[in-house]
Amino acid sequence: METAGHINIDGRDVPFTDEKNLLEVIRKANIDIPTFCYVSELSVYGACRMCTVEIEGRGLITSCSTPPENGLKVRTNTDPVRQIRKIALELILANHESECPTCTKNTSCKLQDLSKRLGVTKVRFRSVKKPVPVDDSAAIVRNPNKCILCGDCVRMCSEVQGIGAIDFAYRGHDVVVQPAYGKSLEEVQCVNCGQCARVCPTGALTPRPEVDDVWRSLNDKTKTVIVQIAPAVRVALGESFGYGAGELTTGQIVAALKMMGFKKVFDTCFAADLTILEEGNEFIDRVKTGGTVPMFTSCCPAWVKYVEHHHPEMLGNLSTCRSPQQMFGSVAKNVFAPEWGVKTEDLVVVSIMPCTAKKFEAKRPEFQDNGIKDIDHVITTQELAQMINEHGILFRNLRPEALDMPMGFKTGAGVIFGNTGGVMEAALRYVYEKVEGKTLENCDFHEVRGEAGIRTAEVVLAGKTFKLAVVHSLANAKILVEKIRNRQCDYHFIEVMACPGGCINGAGQPVSFQPDYKKRRTDGLYEADKMLQLHKSQDNPYIKELYERKLGGPGSEHAHHLLHTRYSSRRRMKGRSMVIVDGNRKDKIEIRVCVGTSCYLRGAQDLLHHLARYIADKGLQEKVQVKATFCFEKCDKGPTIKVGGTVITHCDFAKATAAIDKAVGALTVEA
Amino acid sequence: MPTLMLRKFEKVCAIIDKHGNDAARLIPILQEIQEEYRYLPEEVMTFVAMSLGLSPAKVFGVASFYAHFALEPKGKYVIRLCDGTACHVKSSEGILNALYKRLGLSAKVPTTKDMLFTVETVSCLGACGLAPVMVVNDKVYGQISPEKAVALVEDIVKKEDGPNV
Repeated sequence: METAGHINIDGRDVPFTDEKNLLEVIRKANIDIPTFCYVSELSVYGACRMCTVEIEGRGLITSCSTPPENGLKVRTNTDPVRQIRKIALELILANHESECPTCTKNTSCKLQDLSKRLGVTKVRFRSVKKPVPVDDSAAIVRNPNKCILCGDCVRMCSEVQGIGAIDFAYRGHDVVVQPAYGKSLEEVQCVNCGQCARVCPTGALTPRPEVDDVWRSLNDKTKTVIVQIAPAVRVALGESFGYGAGELTTGQIVAALKMMGFKKVFDTCFAADLTILEEGNEFIDRVKTGGTVPMFTSCCPAWVKYVEHHHPEMLGNLSTCRSPQQMFGSVAKNVFAPEWGVKTEDLVVVSIMPCTAKKFEAKRPEFQDNGIKDIDHVITTQELAQMINEHGILFRNLRPEALDMPMGFKTGAGVIFGNTGGVMEAALRYVYEKVEGKTLENCDFHEVRGEAGIRTAEVVLAGKTFKLAVVHSLANAKILVEKIRNRQCDYHFIEVMACPGGCINGAGQPVSFQPDYKKRRTDGLYEADKMLQLHKSQDNPYIKELYERKLGGPGSEHAHHLLHTRYSSRRRMKGRSMVIVDGNRKDKIEIRVCVGTSCYLRGAQDLLHHLARYIADKGLQEKVQVKATFCFEKCDKGPTIKVGGTVITHCDFAKATAAIDKAVGALTVEA
Repeated sequence: MPTLMLRKFEKVCAIIDKHGNDAARLIPILQEIQEEYRYLPEEVMTFVAMSLGLSPAKVFGVASFYAHFALEPKGKYVIRLCDGTACHVKSSEGILNALYKRLGLSAKVPTTKDMLFTVETVSCLGACGLAPVMVVNDKVYGQISPEKAVALVEDIVKKEDGPNV
């Protein structure tokens, strides 16, 4: 790239090109300017003041919000700069619940790190904040007492994920980052992707720990505990033990898990291979029978919940396949437990995932049978590192061990599930052979690889062109969904991963401040694919055997029962409805009109308006209660209203008044 | 009163329509809605968020930032007592205490149970020459004393046909 000018940084001339701010230029010159509120993938906020530098002729300035200019003379460590940083840090620390030794973020906390780096050894100020309760959801723990108000989570949630589940509220020293109206994360449209926790510099947002539950199961003599390792875990866990990002440590992970007492150590990649056969067949079937396209992948539980909240009209586009994690649990409990002679209730299945949303997914009612969950506990890569340390295992000294069969056997297709584009590529490797009826020689589909947020490709299969898209981050998914709704594009198959970069950058992965860790982890997975003998899910002999012996063919009825599911729409905000008309009669008819986004767009507001007028004109006010509610969870068929116990979808004025007349007519004459 | 609630809902819809469902008009929309309800009910804020394509957390963030927006229902008569520098040195605190005592209120319970009065302090009303200043709804009263303030309350109570407060 062409040099746009030079900046003098601490006496040295540093060339700059297209860096978006002075901070990036300084970091390029190997000076790690401290920051809390600066995250390169988010907008500039300029709140923490840690990146303050001194520019000749301009004085003290935050480098994150200063564009590079030719000829600037910058000092990064003068006395005033040091003083400002230290005071800012001291003030932050004064209001921070500093319980470092017992904090989950201990040793990976930026606040702790910078306090040490900048030599802040004493806090002269006292806190004026009153402690507030901790919000403990299925996937994420939010502790506002540790929040330093850098806003990284807020910007991540709205800018990268397009959700805005949390935001700043109140003012001055009352400011707090919270979901709307101070509700808990479970009561709002949070999808549990945990990206907020990934960028949180402190312990204010952290994955919900489940380590103790796993230890308890391991120490319970009546239980047989097995474990699955997700693809992205193997290229990141090593970072907690001094390996570089992307270095494969599968063998050591297996050895460590065996030492902890797991009976069998399996691979989620096996279930990913299984997913490909089911999903591939589902796709072929949809195209053949004129089913709903584009088909979206459904491996990412954050994406699934996003669709449930925000685009329920597109639920039919989601593949019905369960995610690999859940397929694994279902197969382990229903197929293998009886073979191993273990009662379902005595088999404990643990998942090690890079992801916080998987914790939520495992608890979904769809994946439980009589109170027995298919997956009992989900721990993150970070939590695995903690367990290894807690057990005292010297990870670096371990000799690699092999995964157990059959569910430890996988092809390269299952391994690349962990990065953006991987599921699409794995599916293509299967669908190509299935449709073309011939062997695919070169398995690499480079057109779906890469880092761009939305990537598109076309493949020709049996003479027909198929349009494909790969997206990561939910804000990008939102853009694509809007285009589909407006019929501006006509894709057939779309892979969506909620986290930027895919699972390798999940919120459960070790915290990394290396600039290229995402690429390195991704490269690690593609390397792992290369190193394996098999690259196509359909070549996995144990999958073939599973189908032959137990499931019937892909898409068979039994396979469908065990490996597929249905999702349903989910309201975004738990809370009260708006009462429009409220009669006094005890037996009044309840009429609820949905004014959620989907119904709103379909004219629910007009409908409500006309209905309310109708009720007034007919003098029915005393006999009914009319409420505007915020989601009826039938959004694909909106506008939706409910009269008494009857739900009316695709409702219009005539249908609604007919139902109301009927219900009111049935009321007994008032005494 | 069914017709009142209906009227309010229709007003909300009309306000949002008038501003063209434009998220940049959030503050004026909330102001106009508050005129209808005398505060911003949670469910109405959610409705506004949906209509403008914003997240409810964002709307709540804006509503909770400005002291002008009320998140709890306020009384029919909102008494704003100035506690800015000038009024403070002219003993506005005594007036506040007199009002609190008369109405059985406190900083934590600013609204009477019958929803007739809300008492709150503001940092400056911009009428320091008239200190101490009190505003009841839109009407400004200057150079008041604890006795005058309580007398004003009594007048209102009498006008409202004497409900017990």
